[in-house]
Amino acid sequence: MALAPAVTDIEQLKGHPAVARLVGWNPKAVEGVKFDREEMTICIERSAIRQACALLRDNANCPFNYLSDITCVDWYPSEPRFEVIYHLFSIPNKERVRLKVKLSGETPALDSLTSVWPGANYFEREVFDLFGVRFNGHPYLRRLLMPENWEGHPLRKDYPVEGYR
Amino acid sequence: MAHLTPTPALEPGQDKTMILNMGPQHPSTHGVLRLLLEIDGETVVRMMPDIGFLHTGIEKTCEAKFYHQVVPLTDRIDYLCPLTNNLCYALAVEKLLGLEIPPRAQWLRVMMNELTRINSHLVWLGTHAMDIGAMTVFLYCFREREDILRLFEAISGQRMMTSYFRIGGVALEPPLDFFDRVRKFANRFPSKVDEYEGLLTGNPIWMMRTKGVATISAEDAIALGASGPTLRGSGVDIDLRRDMPYTGYENFKFNVPLGKEGDVFDRYLCRVRELRESIGIVQQTLDGIPSGPVKANAPKVVLPDREKMKTEMEALIYHFKIVTEGFAVPEGEVYQAVESPRGEMGYYIVSDGSAKPYRVHMRAACLANMQTLPKMCEGRLLADVVAAIGSIDIVLGEIDR
Repeated sequence: MALAPAVTDIEQLKGHPAVARLVGWNPKAVEGVKFDREEMTICIERSAIRQACALLRDNANCPFNYLSDITCVDWYPSEPRFEVIYHLFSIPNKERVRLKVKLSGETPALDSLTSVWPGANYFEREVFDLFGVRFNGHPYLRRLLMPENWEGHPLRKDYPVEGYR
Repeated sequence: MAHLTPTPALEPGQDKTMILNMGPQHPSTHGVLRLLLEIDGETVVRMMPDIGFLHTGIEKTCEAKFYHQVVPLTDRIDYLCPLTNNLCYALAVEKLLGLEIPPRAQWLRVMMNELTRINSHLVWLGTHAMDIGAMTVFLYCFREREDILRLFEAISGQRMMTSYFRIGGVALEPPLDFFDRVRKFANRFPSKVDEYEGLLTGNPIWMMRTKGVATISAEDAIALGASGPTLRGSGVDIDLRRDMPYTGYENFKFNVPLGKEGDVFDRYLCRVRELRESIGIVQQTLDGIPSGPVKANAPKVVLPDREKMKTEMEALIYHFKIVTEGFAVPEGEVYQAVESPRGEMGYYIVSDGSAKPYRVHMRAACLANMQTLPKMCEGRLLADVVAAIGSIDIVLGEIDR
């Protein structure tokens, strides 16, 4: 099975319920789309993420009502350095969509989703702990897996992996 | 992990409450879960889970390994269902590569995956019942679990850390008498489930300890990200095996047991019924397993057979190259989710085109399920906390990674 090339043309992908909803709401909030390996990725503008998620959750014909996962990728040394990744799932329609927010390396921060899904709490704490991305409005943004007094964020690509500390 | 400070941010709200530290070394926290409980007499006022005691940085380790070297690491995440982890990782990498898997390997994967589910549910049932005070069930469950572990040993050489599913198929053709042994087990097992149910389902003590205890509504469970039996116990009809089939699950017939009330008893019933459904799927795989190769025809990705490697020059070269420099995976990202015994297990893998994954992230079903614990327990009795922890089938290795 050869891989089909990725589709990045927004006009071709408007049939997807999440793309249609977000472009219909605010075309400026959608920075880009990609359909690759049967998976839909939508890049969202940083300040719009919380509202975009609330809209998708309450979308009438295809509600993406379940937050599967939040994680992050560090593209050090290129800029924008961080990508925060959200995986949403629609329980009634069995659809998945991936939202992506790009953040700069200097004081990366974006809005917390805990007001949309309370379940975002631990996922965001984990991303904060391991990547140092801050989530504004999070009720309890403390380290989750590493000890309280740990220095640095281990999953960053510039975190030293050998030597004494 | 806040264990350096004695009571992180949880101070007694009023004079009459006290803080109780449960775990991390507590027999009914199933590993090293620490719960900070604010209690008023016997009632839990607030609960805060504290995790991270088993954090080993597996996600970071993966970034330094070749794709095929990650497989043994995935065993150690959720150590009660190693094969489900293998499956999820292998499927994700195969999706990145665009690799087609032969039918026999797919059916073997389904069979072993369902045996793993039974294995995991047996450990859950035994420990959950023991937490609540029914000792015998534990002994019965571990008797059958031993049979499954012997099957694992026969097929992969390992009882627990199997690493049997590889990228592009499975490691080996199963031994000659393997299917007969599985059939014997599958014929015997339903009567054993009757035994467990005879001990528990109608038992008045069991019902008093579980019915109406630690309830959670469907809306709350969805909002908190719960999945698997924790979500289905509240009546949400979702099972990824049926709804988004992978590795050939569309070829099998099974029911998805649902609960109604979302209490400990409903979650118990869901899992016990899943035991019967899983053994049904195993029977179906035994009846219809196709013949053919167990590895994909992709010499640059899949290690050659031992015999070929010793006799054919080309196979030896491929073997040498895969082992020493891995194989390049085309650029891209995938999220593959499977239905693990605990819920939605997801692997998110980013490739930058090299032979090592740029980022591997595991979506742990337990991490999200654990967030439902405070909702289940706050305002209820302290003794019910033990029942609630058991009912979400928590595995700390998966939470902490």
